[in-house]
Amino acid sequence: MADLIKLTAAEIAAKIASGELTAVEVTEAHLARIEAVDEKVHAFLHIDREGALAQARAVDEKKARGEKLGPLAGVPLALKDIFTTEGIPTTVGSKILEGWIPPYDATLTKKLKAADVVILGKTNMDEFAMGSSTENSAYGPTGNPWDLTKIPGGSGGGSSAALASYQAPLAIGTDTGGSIRQPAAVTGTVGVKPTYGGVSRYGMVAFSSSLDQGGPCARTVLDTALLHEVIAGHDPLDSTSIDAPVPAVVEAARNGSVQGMRVGVVKQFRGEGYQEGVLQRFDESVALMKELGAEIVELDCPSFDLALAAYYLIAPSECSSNLARFDAMRYGLRVGDDGTKSAEDVTALTREAGFGAEVKRRIMLGTYALSSGYYDAYYGSAQKVRTLITRDFEKAFEQVDVIVSPTTPTTAFPIGERVDDPMAMYLADVCTLPVNLAGNAAMSLPCGLAPEDGLPVGLQIIAPAMADDRLYKVGAAVEAAFTERWGHPLLEEAPSL
Amino acid sequence: MPGITREEVAHLARLARLELKDEELDHFAGQLDDIIGAVARVSEVADQDVPPTSHPLPLTNVMRPDEVRPSLTPEQALSGAPAQEQQRFKVPQILGEE
Amino acid sequence: MTVTDLVSYEDALAAYDPVMGLEVHVELGTKTKMFCGCSTTLGADANSQTCPTCLGLPGSLPVVNATGVESAVKIGLALNCTIAEWCRFARKNYFYPDMPKNFQTSQYDEPIAFDGYLDVQLEDGEIFRVNIERAHMEEDTGKSTHIGGATGRIHGARHSLLDYNRAGIPLIEIVTKPIEGAGERAPEVAKAYVAELRELIKALGVSEARMEQGQMRCDVNLSLRPQGTEKFGTRSETKNVNSLRSVERAARYEIQRHAAVLSSGGTIIQETRHFHEDDGSTTSGRVKEEAEDYRYFPEPDLVPVAPSREWVEELRATLPELPRVRRNRLREEWGISAHDMQSILNAGAVDLITATVDAGADSASARKWWMGELARRANEDGVELAALPITPGQVARITALVSDGSLNDKLARQTIEGVLAGEGDPDTVVEKRGLKVVSDEGALGTAVDEAIAANAAIADKIRGGKVAAAGALVGAVMKATRGQADAARVRELILEKLGVEG
Ligand SMILES: [Mg+2]
Ligand SMILES: [Zn+2]
Repeated sequence: MADLIKLTAAEIAAKIASGELTAVEVTEAHLARIEAVDEKVHAFLHIDREGALAQARAVDEKKARGEKLGPLAGVPLALKDIFTTEGIPTTVGSKILEGWIPPYDATLTKKLKAADVVILGKTNMDEFAMGSSTENSAYGPTGNPWDLTKIPGGSGGGSSAALASYQAPLAIGTDTGGSIRQPAAVTGTVGVKPTYGGVSRYGMVAFSSSLDQGGPCARTVLDTALLHEVIAGHDPLDSTSIDAPVPAVVEAARNGSVQGMRVGVVKQFRGEGYQEGVLQRFDESVALMKELGAEIVELDCPSFDLALAAYYLIAPSECSSNLARFDAMRYGLRVGDDGTKSAEDVTALTREAGFGAEVKRRIMLGTYALSSGYYDAYYGSAQKVRTLITRDFEKAFEQVDVIVSPTTPTTAFPIGERVDDPMAMYLADVCTLPVNLAGNAAMSLPCGLAPEDGLPVGLQIIAPAMADDRLYKVGAAVEAAFTERWGHPLLEEAPSL
Repeated sequence: MPGITREEVAHLARLARLELKDEELDHFAGQLDDIIGAVARVSEVADQDVPPTSHPLPLTNVMRPDEVRPSLTPEQALSGAPAQEQQRFKVPQILGEE
Repeated sequence: MTVTDLVSYEDALAAYDPVMGLEVHVELGTKTKMFCGCSTTLGADANSQTCPTCLGLPGSLPVVNATGVESAVKIGLALNCTIAEWCRFARKNYFYPDMPKNFQTSQYDEPIAFDGYLDVQLEDGEIFRVNIERAHMEEDTGKSTHIGGATGRIHGARHSLLDYNRAGIPLIEIVTKPIEGAGERAPEVAKAYVAELRELIKALGVSEARMEQGQMRCDVNLSLRPQGTEKFGTRSETKNVNSLRSVERAARYEIQRHAAVLSSGGTIIQETRHFHEDDGSTTSGRVKEEAEDYRYFPEPDLVPVAPSREWVEELRATLPELPRVRRNRLREEWGISAHDMQSILNAGAVDLITATVDAGADSASARKWWMGELARRANEDGVELAALPITPGQVARITALVSDGSLNDKLARQTIEGVLAGEGDPDTVVEKRGLKVVSDEGALGTAVDEAIAANAAIADKIRGGKVAAAGALVGAVMKATRGQADAARVRELILEKLGVEG
């Protein structure tokens, strides 16, 4: 049993396909693991035991009938509670949607089901994906499996913690400013933000529409690629979905190499606020890539210094509009409807009671940035910064194939440390935000432990839009070399729960 | 760039339909002032002659044919309603325009 | 409601010059909504035509209806507008329970069509050019029913019930530039503009534009400035004026009301006003103390619309003849007065008569039946002329039967009655009811002989030269043949048999 939960998704799928394991056995093992450890970790908001077992049985029956199984058939997955699931509660980590049961499946949910992936349940997250620590969840924080007093990253802390505590070999995240990559970095797991438009947003509750992107999370680069291939692809229900073939990510993950590649190091991703151990591990990673045959190129991307400011105008602006629909009229929480109050008052009372502090802050910030008189100075300028950042990336990618950086300036910080200090919290995403603003693809994968605290450090790899396969090619090479150097996957060094 | 006052925060809260408590107004006023002070840096590029980017990908003309697709059933549509009557969403009295 | 003292229309115009702005919303006749595949069919069960997108459920996304865009371009072209080479949708943010997302997906500073005009013809034939500011795409809201207040009104209602079937139906909003120089004819111009726009929309086939069903809704903005001055006065916005007559009345009322306020030294406040059908007055709605802050920004869930020049030209080539031009052409072809043409237009008979002519009837007969017997029936039944269960083809067939002598007018009316009663096409009705004119000379001759024999005294008078008396014998023959004889032929036969020259 203990061994089973440590298998990779690729191994599990192979064993189910060969008959060595059944999908039901695999699912039961993971449900038992959840039962055993999730009280401590709190990765899940909802566990769909019955649904998961039914799905697993269906896979075993398919196998018994001799039907061909997909590459991830029967493999359990933890789904971020931001994707709608027909008949299963979807809260987005917010009180305002407590008890809401969507009447429809997100496109991503449909794709997972069609691929016979077993959905174990819905994972914890910062409310409406706003945060970098999962402390903004209305349902309590999630612990980092490396040290339960530390944050697991956010907003997708439930998904990263589920992976790092072996509750699931696969997970889904969403990344608006780093919500897949930063949790991956601080939990020693792998996460990819695909090119904007690569994975359908239909049924993914919107935070910031022009930045949001769903993506795959796992413990290995290959598993991440296998999941990427299942969830990506054009969706006619999402107008911003890319209508082009999905890059060959699995093939790239199976053929990792940096030989002859030009790897960029951006000077703006360094300096004040970066933890020493993080920079040390990052520098080692660059040296490793050089050893493996890469050419290292220094890059200057001056507009990146404005990314954080632009992000904290664009994302709140879009969110102030996206979250207006939570008004107590059609679904979700309704507060104060005593028969005398107006719809307007009930809406305002409900939103006051149903939204947490960070959500309110961002709604007000966005409302401010869009108001007449401020629009040009704030929202308008932020959109110009976005253009400059995109240009800096374009210029950089004329010189290099990929860019690398630390994923996040520090390792996991203590729960409670930054919860009421928004600016400090926002700094956790300083390396990941530029990617969302430009719409590029990026990955975070483990590159060692910071010597000062023994916590995982993430290496970010950034590729141009539509070149997601490069992440996997480089990631697989780096992962293989590190695993060989360490003698085992990094996660083996995490304390057992 | 000017800072943000408590009154402005109250106005924003009204626009955003948030019935903030007094202590929240004070707390948020301070925090929003800090944040706005920090993000106001974007205006460094205000004069630059660069087009704004509203969409990260250069897509245009994504449309669907005018063909009917199945709707939800009224039961599904109303399944999340806090209150309903006559197969309609029941909402508190609406103030304002007819 | 407060009764405002008005100044007379003549006095108002003597002192002030009216400036108008008209905003018309047209619901498109697409099969599906603007951003989702839900049906737009009217009269469906409450909330049976909704989906995650038009209910604004968390996670849902919009996709643009291609036919909605095509209709917008057609309208823009017909209004002589420039069609944008690149434009975006924008979100108009404000909270209202009938709007599921609490923002309306609309267009802001990048409308799909702009800078056009529409020439409208006034009753005396004068052409007045109304300049068009813009035409843009947006979506309709849901429908609320207010429970507990007086007569279902919003004020005093305890709660409201919402049906979102209408939410998301495509709308085109057409906004004029300030209409200046109309003077005392401003209300007439307003009415003529909306009427012409409605005809145009119908001719384009993009909407049925039925104002009584809310498919076309008009807001009348009006301000006055002292005669001889340039600067616009403060305007009022009279919302949802939903018939042609009301548009004219609302403009007229507001001119008189503004003049009363201004001439007594008062100031007009910028506000929305409600129009009352019963007495033609307007009352105060919401005061706009400060401009509403809609916080428009480009809709990030939709990509820009960039109509290619080739496509725009293709659409331009498909545009029908302008209704005004067509009306004038038909009037000349039919050889009728402007007044008669106006009646035909008011009766909604232009297309029906044209189609009847196309089906082979002469225009005089086609007009006669549609504007006579059929208009009377439609009026009696309280339906639109076009809704009568008879086709232009059938009317044309009846006129053909009349002109070849198979039917006389009386029989033709009976045939129409039969067709309207669902007894079949004209030939079937004639056959079943036995309505053919008796033209068998033998049978007719016998009937004439019998009539002469039975009315010897009258026959003698006729023989004696009193030809006018023949009418009585014709009547007798018609009676005997149950009206199925051609009266003119009967008269000829009678005179012939009595040896008298007609
Ligand atoms: Mg409008
Ligand atoms: Zn719909």
